[in-house]
Amino acid sequence: MNPMPMALTDVLRALSLTDYNTRLVMVGTLLLGMAAGAIGSFMLLRKRALMGDAISHATLPGIGLAFLVMTAAGGTGRWLPGLLAGAIVAGVLGMGAVLLIRLQTRLKEDAALGIVLSVFFGLGVAILGIVQQQPVGHAAGLEAFIYGKTASMLARDAQLIAATAVLVLLVCGLLFKEFALLCFDAEYARTLGWRAGALDAGMMLLVVLVTVIGLQAVGLILMIALLTIPPASARFWTHRLPRMVAVSMAIGGASGLVGAVLSAQRPRLPAGAMIVVTAGAFFLFSMIFGVERGLLRRGVARLRMVGRVRRQNLLRDIYEWHEAQRLPTAGADAPVAATAPIAMADLRTAGRRWSPRELRSAVRMAVRRRLLVAAEGDRVRLTAEGETAARRVVRDHRLWELYLRTHADIAAPHVDDTADAVEHVLGPAQVERLEALAGADLPRPAAREAQP
Amino acid sequence: MSGLALMTWTAVDGWIVAAGVLSAVACALPGNFLVLRRMSMMGDAISHAVLPGLAIAFLITGSRGGVPMLVGAAAGGLLTALLTQWIHRLGKVEESASMGVVFTTLFAIGLILIVRAADHVDLDPGCVLYGAIELTPLHTVPFAGREVPRVIIDLGAVLLFNLGFIGLFYKELKLAAFDPELATSLGYSAQGLHYALMAVVAVTTVACFESVGSILVIAMLVVPPATAYLLTDRLGVMLVLSVVLAAASAVTGHLGAVLAPRAFGYPGVSTSTAGMMAVMTGLFFLAALVAAPRHGVLPRVWRRRAQARRRVGEDLLGLLYRLEERGEHEVRRAPRLMREALGVGGWPLALALRELRRAGLVEARDGELHATEAGRVAARNLVRSHRLWESYLHRHLDLRDVHAHATAERLEHITDDALQRHLAQRTQHPPQDPQGRAIPPGDEPAE
Repeated sequence: MNPMPMALTDVLRALSLTDYNTRLVMVGTLLLGMAAGAIGSFMLLRKRALMGDAISHATLPGIGLAFLVMTAAGGTGRWLPGLLAGAIVAGVLGMGAVLLIRLQTRLKEDAALGIVLSVFFGLGVAILGIVQQQPVGHAAGLEAFIYGKTASMLARDAQLIAATAVLVLLVCGLLFKEFALLCFDAEYARTLGWRAGALDAGMMLLVVLVTVIGLQAVGLILMIALLTIPPASARFWTHRLPRMVAVSMAIGGASGLVGAVLSAQRPRLPAGAMIVVTAGAFFLFSMIFGVERGLLRRGVARLRMVGRVRRQNLLRDIYEWHEAQRLPTAGADAPVAATAPIAMADLRTAGRRWSPRELRSAVRMAVRRRLLVAAEGDRVRLTAEGETAARRVVRDHRLWELYLRTHADIAAPHVDDTADAVEHVLGPAQVERLEALAGADLPRPAAREAQP
Repeated sequence: MSGLALMTWTAVDGWIVAAGVLSAVACALPGNFLVLRRMSMMGDAISHAVLPGLAIAFLITGSRGGVPMLVGAAAGGLLTALLTQWIHRLGKVEESASMGVVFTTLFAIGLILIVRAADHVDLDPGCVLYGAIELTPLHTVPFAGREVPRVIIDLGAVLLFNLGFIGLFYKELKLAAFDPELATSLGYSAQGLHYALMAVVAVTTVACFESVGSILVIAMLVVPPATAYLLTDRLGVMLVLSVVLAAASAVTGHLGAVLAPRAFGYPGVSTSTAGMMAVMTGLFFLAALVAAPRHGVLPRVWRRRAQARRRVGEDLLGLLYRLEERGEHEVRRAPRLMREALGVGGWPLALALRELRRAGLVEARDGELHATEAGRVAARNLVRSHRLWESYLHRHLDLRDVHAHATAERLEHITDDALQRHLAQRTQHPPQDPQGRAIPPGDEPAE
């Protein structure tokens, strides 16, 4: 089987050929994914990522009760707006229960979520148990709310989902500034005179709305995925909130669309699960390749840093070895000539203890940068460029040592280690300030200061 | 009780309840540590994420039940714990969000695998959610000379395993739950313990979900321990209470599954036992939330009210004393004036008055309210505290008039004899307060 080209043609066929109903479903899941991605971003930043899980599980008893009430009233029981109204009421109750437990007891958020989630869902299962034994009302479809089943969606249902999603997106857009401040500095929002509590409640209400319209498409167990995965993925791409919301909406919408298309193509691919797996794939991709916090970028930056530290350590070791080799007759101020060859064996024990592998890699890097050239007999020597660089590294190190000793009040035996850790990240501006602070005591790189 | 009579209790019910109790207790035990370590949602995540493990084990071996399923499910559970930690630390994603990403994705994969293989697989995702506790008595094996359901033996083994784990590592678990840093610095690996606990939760989840379903597993992991946490401050007691609550929920849950639909007007219908067991844990929790002696909402409100009543009573005694001092009588006759003088509404005042009467501190004489001898002693003591405080605040903190009065008004209620003596010493036993009113003498003779 070659899934890639197959999937691609499937997508194309689905986009071009499928009937009106399926296309409506796709628009519905696309908008659903976008709305969930937008409101989910705020939830993630408010550290309430799992709140949606409790809310979505809490909707089940509402659906069951709405069904029972509607059949008792003589209806079919499968009237979607009625079922969703029941789900909204139950979702709000579940949310209220979480807040009540958190405010009124010493239990923390996690326990409050776990309690509400399991008890409400248990109640829902018990009510569905009754529903399924009802002779009237076509109860079979209710299971679709647990796992999601786009096949059971009618064009009407898809329109309802799309309209609600657009409404949620609009409210998110209008209240963007308020929600953003609430996420980052709720206290400040309060001092501005905003009703932070009301805003919070509004945000949660939007979550309930998105969850409820997502029930049919992805199911209540997996709804939390649409609220959590796109924002968590977007976090790898940017640090700025507007961009994060936009990326999150894009990922959510794409997951909704692709998942629905894939599931429409094959007979036995549940849409909800496909949407979530697609989102999961987006997450994995973002986690690795994300330009702001992705593993690759952070890994490369770290490798660069390690390389730079090693190179600078090597230069300093070479310089200080030459310094130590000076004839005792030369004064402390005499310039150090550091371009003479030095044996690798000497280097290995000079200053820090190098492991052979580390030393080889450091030398290789320095040679590539033309700071070092190989000399005969397993020896190396600094180039003119390398000597300048070494002088600068030693100077930075000693400046920092001096600063630590005189300004940070760190005892002399410890400054070497501390300076070691910091010297590699000093920028030109900091060095300038260090020089100004050091003033007349400026240590010349030529002269290793006598330890007091 | 008429409902009980309607229900005929059979061996089938006995085995169902036994399975429910065993799994409930097995879950509640490790659940205590999840709740204390604020990882309740880990139970939720793990019990969802066993699905792909089960599906893969099933697709490979082609059989339900047995060791491969157990291994597959445990692998799924551990994978959740590991991936959650890994994404949290490596990707710097907030822990709960990373949990949400991991378990939903794994569950979705499991769902797809199962649905794809639905042709030749008799593995229903609904079975994972609700379990099939009603089918408990169907598969029996001989055990100790009797036919015992296999599920009972499995669950009993898991329960023993969990008891053993907690018994063996009780001290370490306790320390890690309350102070992980200290545990690490003492040489227990909090990290190792974390994964051991996760493994125990995974194994328990796996063993229980087949009989009772993952939803009941989550309920039993979290709700009984959380309920017990509201009832006690001691870990040992909490463990015992959670076990008792879990067992009670299982028993009443089964009764509820049979009886509740009838009570709500659906005769001849019984509903999901697992669902009702979860509901029962919730009802017990609600009861504890409302009425737990120390941490419940009602006792807290009641304590606050009682405190307020005591204050009003003391203020009233103080008022009577001051009236006597000034020789005023009309206030004693008019409750309205008394209300105004105390600044308290009628209802709390009436309650406080009743309490004072019962304690024999005040009495009504000729339509006037008077302090009894005992009441007068208490009132004198209170006024003494008040005026000593005023003197102290005036002298040492330079608080005057209204400010000093308001502060002294609050402090007088929480001043005991020792503090009062100390105050008198620090103010050098003044005969009068800053307004020139006499400070009543204390009980002991002045030196």
